[in-house]
Amino acid sequence: MSTVATSQIKLTPEDARPRATMRSRLQDALPKIVLAPSFAITIVFVYGFILWTIYLSFTNSKTFPSYAITGARAYQRLWNWTFDTDPPSSWYTSITNMGIFGFLYIAICLALGLFLAILLDQKIRGEGVLRPIYLYPMALSFIVTGVAWKWFLDPGLGLEQTLHQWGWTSFHFDWIKNKDFVIYTVVIAGVWQASGFIMAMFLAGLRGIDGEIMKAAQIDGATTFQLYRRIVIPLLRPIFLSAFIVLAHLAIKSYDLVVALTSGGPGGSAWLPSNFMYEYTFKRNEMAVGSASAVIMLMTIVAIIVPYLYSELREKPR
Amino acid sequence: MSTVATPARSRQDSGGMNVKIVNRVVIYGLLALFALFYLMPLFVMLVTSFKTMDEIQNGNMLSLPKAPTFDPWLKAWGETCVGLTCAGIKGYFWNSIKMVVPAVIISTLLGALNGYVLTKWRFRGHTLVFGLMLFACFIPFQSVLLPMATILGSLGRFGVTLQNAVGTSFGLGNPTLNLVFVHVVYGIGFTTLFFRNYYEAFPTELVKAAQVDGASFFQIFRRIMLPNSMPIFVVTVIYQFTNIWNDFLFASAYAGTGDAMPMTVALNNVVNTSTGVVEYNVNMAAAMIAALPTLLVYVLAGRYFVRGLMAGAVKG
Repeated sequence: MSTVATSQIKLTPEDARPRATMRSRLQDALPKIVLAPSFAITIVFVYGFILWTIYLSFTNSKTFPSYAITGARAYQRLWNWTFDTDPPSSWYTSITNMGIFGFLYIAICLALGLFLAILLDQKIRGEGVLRPIYLYPMALSFIVTGVAWKWFLDPGLGLEQTLHQWGWTSFHFDWIKNKDFVIYTVVIAGVWQASGFIMAMFLAGLRGIDGEIMKAAQIDGATTFQLYRRIVIPLLRPIFLSAFIVLAHLAIKSYDLVVALTSGGPGGSAWLPSNFMYEYTFKRNEMAVGSASAVIMLMTIVAIIVPYLYSELREKPR
Repeated sequence: MSTVATPARSRQDSGGMNVKIVNRVVIYGLLALFALFYLMPLFVMLVTSFKTMDEIQNGNMLSLPKAPTFDPWLKAWGETCVGLTCAGIKGYFWNSIKMVVPAVIISTLLGALNGYVLTKWRFRGHTLVFGLMLFACFIPFQSVLLPMATILGSLGRFGVTLQNAVGTSFGLGNPTLNLVFVHVVYGIGFTTLFFRNYYEAFPTELVKAAQVDGASFFQIFRRIMLPNSMPIFVVTVIYQFTNIWNDFLFASAYAGTGDAMPMTVALNNVVNTSTGVVEYNVNMAAAMIAALPTLLVYVLAGRYFVRGLMAGAVKG
């Protein structure tokens, strides 16, 4: 840019010089000016708001924000609730559910996704039909998924009723109405929605593996099982990592699914921390407690994402 | 894999051949079984939406409707009750459209410009800027939900004051505009990521050459970058459309009541209403209507949809 500007200066009269430099300086700054609004928005509405939420979590805000810092009372309450388990507090329920849901959701999606990808990679006729069928749930909103599965799992209308009609009258499946099992129905619907996408990730990974390696292993007499266990799955490690990050992130953010599928479950027994945060902040007028739970959610994500992003961005220049 | 093994195995007895056939049958069987698992809820939703209430209560969930009726769809669209107003979900469907279209356009254009700057006009600290914007994609929105509600609330009150003073609120406090704003703010991280990764692979020499020829920042963007960005535009638009259409958290927090509710919130209200007889067929029709736009996009441009998801998953 600046070289263009200097050549112009030679042609123009002396008095035009300041204008030219002004223009060239503007040209030089233009990229930053274009980027600035987006960056400013991010700083204010993401990082500024996060600080604001952290601040609120150290006040005793109830219905309205109050800005006098009163210490870590909100965290203390959450902490106490965590171990005061009789009757189980909503927070205790939420983080226990998060553990159950997070673990099963991630593990089953990874296992099922990998399994389906390997099956689909066996030179299957009709792969072009099957793949979109496995993947379409990802295009639906959690609300629609929740509505569909709520119906499907309803003891009086869905699966149980259908099997009764078919003659299996002893079949009993009422998890969606059972406070101890309702969280597992969230796992089922969640896995239904995301596992196809994980399959697609693994399938892309499988397609990227050099065929020569596989051939060499087969000539050495490796069975298909050995081939996958010893060679293919280790080669897919980066995909496992990406898939894990995606799933962990989806799991921690899950909110809609619980609302639509279970309406929170009997007595809030299906709550995840995201539901806890929403309820305490907007419905129970415990803003400080709600903010504290949001901060804990954020910290969990930070612990997972930041090392990942750091390594991804650092590797780039090479 | 098995075909690769054929030459080595072909000399063996026919037992190997039988094993192979059994293997294929098992694989196809499993694949078909899982296809059923994924299709079942959609199938049930679809057939239920065409049944009468009688048939639902006395019939089998999986049976096809005996006398298919469009009434549940018409009722869901034009008559069903969302909260206290009984005018169907059509208004909320349009709310969603009015929210999605501007939000997608603005966030995509900003993302394209940001990606262009971050790859072709690098400055010191560009990685940090990008890193900060990228991380914003991953925060749980719960950690910004309350401050945003407070700000939007104040803006709304200011809008009322303006309304009284000068006769127009300039859109302040309009829930749909609020949601557009929120989705742009929390969407530019993703759109920037998409375009940055795409432009990263775009030959910088072309940009340099144009610069030497005296083309300006915007000329290069318009004449060189944009004409070559079609695929990433499709990916980004689809990704943003799906995400914003399907959003529930922001929608319920900032437009959870009243006439401005987006589709997802309205659907949840229809389904989880506690008053009157639950009309399952209408619920299912409403759910199908809410799902149709994104399903349609998926059917028409599935390849780009998957690419967007992948790009959102694999960073760098």
